Amino acid sequence: MEDSMPKNNDPKTILRMEEIHKSFPGGVFANRGVNLEVHQGEIHCLLGENGAGKTVLMSVLYGLYKPDSGSIFYKNEKFDVHNPKDAIQNRIGMVHQHFMLVETLSVAENIILGQYKPWKVLNNLDPVIKKIQQMSKDYRLNVDPTSLVKDLSVGEQQRVEILKALYHGADLLILDEPTAVLTPQESENLLDFLRQLADKGLTIVFITHKLEEVMQISDRVTILRDGKTITTVNTKETNPRELAKMMVGRDVLMDLNKKEKQPGKVIFSVKNLNVKDERGLPAVKNFSFDVYEREVVGIAGVSGNGQSELALALAGLMDSDFDSIILNDISITKRDLTRLNQLGMAHIPEDRQKMGLILPFSVSENFIAETFNDRPFSKYGFLQFKTIKNYSQSLVKKFSIRVGDVDEEIAHLSGGNQQKVVVARELDRRPKFLLVNQPTRGIDIGATEFVRQQIIAERDGGAAILLISTDLEEIFALSDRILVMFEGQIMGEVSPNPDMIEQVGLLMAGKTIESAL
Amino acid sequence: MDFVSIKKRLLKFSRSAWTPFAAIPIALGIGAIVLLISGYDPIQAYAAMWQGAFKDRTAITEVLIKATPLIFIGAGLAVAFRCSIWNIGAEGQFYAGAVAATAVGIYLGDLPRFLLVPMVLIAGASSGALWGMLAAFLKNRFGANEVVTTIMLNYIAIFITGWLVTGPMIETAGLFAQTAKISQNAWLWRFLPPTRLHTGFILALVLAIVLYIIIFKTSLGYTIRAVGINPDAARYAGINVKRKVLLAMAISGGAAGLGGAVEVAAISYRLYQLISPGYGFDGIAVSLLVNNNPLGVIFSGILFGALRSGAEVMQMNAKVPSVLVFLIQGLVVLSVVAFGVYSYVSKEKEE
Repeated sequence: MEDSMPKNNDPKTILRMEEIHKSFPGGVFANRGVNLEVHQGEIHCLLGENGAGKTVLMSVLYGLYKPDSGSIFYKNEKFDVHNPKDAIQNRIGMVHQHFMLVETLSVAENIILGQYKPWKVLNNLDPVIKKIQQMSKDYRLNVDPTSLVKDLSVGEQQRVEILKALYHGADLLILDEPTAVLTPQESENLLDFLRQLADKGLTIVFITHKLEEVMQISDRVTILRDGKTITTVNTKETNPRELAKMMVGRDVLMDLNKKEKQPGKVIFSVKNLNVKDERGLPAVKNFSFDVYEREVVGIAGVSGNGQSELALALAGLMDSDFDSIILNDISITKRDLTRLNQLGMAHIPEDRQKMGLILPFSVSENFIAETFNDRPFSKYGFLQFKTIKNYSQSLVKKFSIRVGDVDEEIAHLSGGNQQKVVVARELDRRPKFLLVNQPTRGIDIGATEFVRQQIIAERDGGAAILLISTDLEEIFALSDRILVMFEGQIMGEVSPNPDMIEQVGLLMAGKTIESAL
Repeated sequence: MDFVSIKKRLLKFSRSAWTPFAAIPIALGIGAIVLLISGYDPIQAYAAMWQGAFKDRTAITEVLIKATPLIFIGAGLAVAFRCSIWNIGAEGQFYAGAVAATAVGIYLGDLPRFLLVPMVLIAGASSGALWGMLAAFLKNRFGANEVVTTIMLNYIAIFITGWLVTGPMIETAGLFAQTAKISQNAWLWRFLPPTRLHTGFILALVLAIVLYIIIFKTSLGYTIRAVGINPDAARYAGINVKRKVLLAMAISGGAAGLGGAVEVAAISYRLYQLISPGYGFDGIAVSLLVNNNPLGVIFSGILFGALRSGAEVMQMNAKVPSVLVFLIQGLVVLSVVAFGVYSYVSKEKEE
């Protein structure tokens, strides 16, 4: 059995995947000869842009996909995995990006789901609960095994997922972009916790496209691009710029080339805006600000401090009260809010899939989401398909959106390209005022760079821009002025000087400007 | 166009409208087993069914006559379903249309034909549309679920009809629970004597084509589809969602009401309590069968018409009880749904 002998029998190596190929019907090659070697007890990052094949590779390991070819060696033996049960039995655990929890069941029930016979579950839950309590104590996870999953926060649910893997005795833990759903503080806690686990000897494969995380947590990092392994490096011997270059395949402009701010007139002005959230509680309180032309005003803040409500109210999608809103010298009434589109405002919404796009529609149908009723896209009520197609093709080209055919369903595009469609559509209307909410959340570095450059270009072209983002790096990179939002109020205004980042952090935590400075 | 894109298009096309029809042989196969178990000869039964539907010109025209109300209703429902409005009330809207059409046909019977026929049809369509808009209003104003309200409105429409045909509008002889015949000036032209095939069938085809064009080729249809898929995105894009809901229900109810008017003006010539043998409910399957494509409704409507027509003959000649006939119809719907789920799942997997 020569096949079963790993070539390099390194005692440190716990997992080796060799020449993994995986394609999907329709000619998508997700993995085209990927090699990965993971050492015992290390945190190993899998870095790559969306669509680089990271998740597919780990799904192959976890038995969710059958590879077209290639071999896996796990703990120095050839590893044939047919389904997740094989993986779990071999002590591999995986925490998916979308949690696999049953919301109406308790934590304990979720953790043993699929492992026991149902009648046994009913009888023998007590030892399970005891064990979970013990583990929760050992790892200082603070998870109550009897509470229902639906009552837990996203961060807590994630801890349940990790606990589930540990409960089944995982030696190798795979985490698929675990921080994507977490607040900055929760992310911090998670990374600390993972470090602890690794120190106790657990091996962790950490999928991400965030460079800071790689630098912060990993021992080694393997970079994937277009379904191929680029290289594996020791984290200590690399830097973010080099990683970004390997990930994207070219140099990345980490610093935006931003021109000096030119003073201009006020384009958008809000006085005393008040918004109530869905439960009727005040979410935005007496909010007043101005945005000048050729200016980006950044709204910084921890997620959930009224940013969503602010954006929705300004876009006329949520009820609000205000003393005045002025857009481009026109006083806006409550009634006008629903047609700000026509008055020169564009809006890049927080959630592209829920609000910005209609996923089963084609790329070109999405391009005309706001202009479908205007000439030349519609004449006498009939859609002009040829014009729409030509227009879409020109936008695809102009914004270098990666799509085969503009008639393709937009759901098939990667997150970054979907966001580019939204950005292209909004910017092409040459807005006077641009409302941008979380423009680069969940998209890869190449697309992030592109979207940020477009926003700056729009600013230099004269637009007034309000940028809402929970990503401080983004706020500092793009803004000319920063307003910090906490519990629906403006805590203070700060200039985007890198020295001020600590002050912004304090304001975000609810400190007043006097105590922060 | 290269081969790959042709193949892609074909694949997309087959997925969108035609795959469900592949479910029919499966349903008939299962039906055959049931017939066998129940002690009937499936070959003989299906032969009778086929004969009943396609034996001669008369049989075929009867299929088309049965298909007519299904096409009206199904095409309208396709619009509502595209807008994600789950209108289960086509039955009531059909009745509303039939009542209004009968009233006009009787009480304004002296009007000349060229005036009366359009008036009967318009009365039926607007009455059905209003009945449908009632549910839309309740949804928009109070957030009442349209599935519940439309079902309730079905009962109301049917019982009002029952009251009318036994009370205020009962025929002069007063023997049966039915109205008098409508004026001859209101009758639709039966253009292929001696068969009963009438211009209402042509009207149904035209309506299906028009609704297809509206849904897929106009900006109005774009908004209806957008609201149906993602109302948040539609609102974000500046579309008035409530207005589209009202409009979709008006179109849907109007089409069903028109179907009711045509049934009165071309076939029954009068109103009675059971004027619809459940067309409004079959219409739901007719629309879903073709993925809510109004053009496809023409074919699925004819299919269901053939099933109904053939079933009657199967019952008479092969002595198969009508219950089994309904069972086979149910199997067709079920396997269509199963096929739909299957192709959805396999598509998901592919991605």
